[in-house]
Amino acid sequence: MSLIRDAGKAVRATLVLWLIVGIVYPLAIVVFAQIVPFPANGSLLENPQGKVIGSALIGQPFTSDRYFWSRPSTVSYSTDKAVAATGVSGASNLAPSNPDLIKRIQGDVDKLKTADIQPTADLVYTSGSGLDPHISIEAAKSQMARVASSRQLDDEGLVVLESLIDRNTDGRFLGIFGEPGVNVLKLNLALDRLGK
Amino acid sequence: MLLGLLQIALTLLIVVAITPLLGRYLAVVYLGNKTWLDPAINPVEKFIYRLVAVRSQEQMTGWQYTRNLLYSNLAMGVLVFLLLMLQGLLPLNPTGLNAPTWDTALHTTISFVTNTDQQHYSGETTISYLSQIAALGFLMFTSAATGLAVGIAFIRGLTGRPLGNFYVDITRSITRVLLPISIVGAVLLIILGVPQTLTGPATVTTLEGATQTIARGPVASFEIIKQLGENGGGFFGINSAHPLENPNAASNLLETVAMLCIPTALIYTYGVFANNIKQAWLLFGMVFAIFTILVVVSAVGEYGGNPLINSLLGEQQPNLEGKEVRFGWAQTALWAVSTTATMCGAVNGMHDSLMPNGGFSTLFNMFLQIIWGGQGTGTAYLFIYLILTVFLTGLMVGRTPEFFGRKIEKREIVLASVILLIHPIAILIPSAIALAFPDTLAGISNPGFHGISQVVYEYASAAANNGSGFEGLGDATLWWNLSASGVMLAGRYIPIVALLLLADSMAQKQLVPETAGTLRTDTGLFTGITAGVILILGALTFFPVLALGPVAEAFQIAKGG
Repeated sequence: MSLIRDAGKAVRATLVLWLIVGIVYPLAIVVFAQIVPFPANGSLLENPQGKVIGSALIGQPFTSDRYFWSRPSTVSYSTDKAVAATGVSGASNLAPSNPDLIKRIQGDVDKLKTADIQPTADLVYTSGSGLDPHISIEAAKSQMARVASSRQLDDEGLVVLESLIDRNTDGRFLGIFGEPGVNVLKLNLALDRLGK
Repeated sequence: MLLGLLQIALTLLIVVAITPLLGRYLAVVYLGNKTWLDPAINPVEKFIYRLVAVRSQEQMTGWQYTRNLLYSNLAMGVLVFLLLMLQGLLPLNPTGLNAPTWDTALHTTISFVTNTDQQHYSGETTISYLSQIAALGFLMFTSAATGLAVGIAFIRGLTGRPLGNFYVDITRSITRVLLPISIVGAVLLIILGVPQTLTGPATVTTLEGATQTIARGPVASFEIIKQLGENGGGFFGINSAHPLENPNAASNLLETVAMLCIPTALIYTYGVFANNIKQAWLLFGMVFAIFTILVVVSAVGEYGGNPLINSLLGEQQPNLEGKEVRFGWAQTALWAVSTTATMCGAVNGMHDSLMPNGGFSTLFNMFLQIIWGGQGTGTAYLFIYLILTVFLTGLMVGRTPEFFGRKIEKREIVLASVILLIHPIAILIPSAIALAFPDTLAGISNPGFHGISQVVYEYASAAANNGSGFEGLGDATLWWNLSASGVMLAGRYIPIVALLLLADSMAQKQLVPETAGTLRTDTGLFTGITAGVILILGALTFFPVLALGPVAEAFQIAKGG
């Protein structure tokens, strides 16, 4: 008798709480979020022609000499055809003692040295998400020469380039928390806007 | 390096500052006293009690509390399992996902019901929006509330009060603690850049002409309760390393503090219930000291970097494998230790890629379960160690062991021992079985000593109801889903039953008046002995595994691979 009573309470409590925290709460937050559509919808960025070319928070792969390069990504920044339906995120999960890690980084260091880029930690280690939009300021500055020569920028152009890097650097929160990072997509977008 | 350590220190300072405020608020909520939220929340609560047909004044015995807890958790699990298996037919599925395999759905259901949130799947490729918010998000609230209820019932029992009413406790947990803070937190997260939308993924053409698919969804409302309720299951596969779950250092700070605030506050809440704030601060200080040492050990390890890679780079660089630039080595190390200390289990950097220092600290946290510990249950385990220490010291000096005036007798020690022993049994035996069949069962991806760590970590995470993992492990298999499910259930419910029965028997004891011969537990000396007992009973049991895993790996790396 009391088993049925207790079981009934359990089922009713499940359904009541389910409605409140499983349905009403998240949907109410969705409705509220429409007040700030830019972050609510993923911080999507448009190019000057009005086409959506990415998110301010998500990185992209860059291979051309005209652009700054991003961190290595285990999931190619979610550009694989295989994941086109859902998108993906991922990491290498290689332990520091794993010989595969050392082999991979050896290859990456050689590649960077050939392109005359100082191999900093962020450029040889893959990111946690595979979608990291940032590189370190040092990594950006060491790519300036290559980008400038590819876009045929003069000395004045170099100064503009440096100021672009500064303007697209996300600093520490309150100057203390986190690490500063240059948003590669925003930087490259600003470069394109320069028109050269 | 100093700025990194300063960031960590400031974050911890914020947590320490919040502890007495939140601790006192929790005490007010669970003692049933008036709060300023009453006019808004009381009618909602009364409505809930009427729908569920719960008499809010009715106190429950230990067995009643346990029964109602188990039945409600079972009902919730059944509902969520059905939602997951039917997700292909239900709405809010913009990517058209079918049901996951039955063992994945079973493992996921048990995982979220037990507050573990261990995920053998990747969110954006497996779970529809409806399943995320209405199945998993629902369990996030209720599993956190269940843990809080157990912790509070235990504190009530220790301080001689009746255990309370399970349904009242979880309702109050949700309406007065979890939901209000989640609403504020979700709003803040949206402003900081976490998406909250029901539209499907965004397909964009990148600057270089590739097609990129950006997964999004109703993330913010999910993210905050994931942190606040020590759940840890990420909306996306990569959890809080994903820029849309944790976009910047500000959201990281919010999420870190959310993860730490309730377990730290509950120790203070005990002090309010027991009218002994000094005891609370002494325990808090002991746990905080061990926690800080582990954080510093991990942070220094990540800052120093990987010697094998540093020789390739030509200079000492921090280990950034599996880490995000915006967090850096310091915030990732702090998060890794915090998440395994509080049994949250969310990650903002990949634990499989941590240096052995980090691997040691994270495993150590999960073996002990009391460096803050999980929501509600962790605080209770801390007092179990305190009871065991009282028992041991009482035997040593020939006095009747009594805990705040209540004698500790055979029944309490048997129950405390069960709680203590279930952990190594649930971790070491399955690990041994999996490691005995390395090719068929284990799923190791990083060879050598680290591989042992991978397997043990997964079971430790399941037994401690943590949920984080060394994600290189091939755990989307029938073996891992079923064995981890069993370990999660054992690690959650066997101690809960023992805790509630123990609390019940303590509550019914006669208060023994304090004399000059009473052994006081609220002294620095006793707290030091408690730390020793924790290290001996808790840490030594697992020392062989730690030696074979992270410690051996550290020596291997130092030797040069």
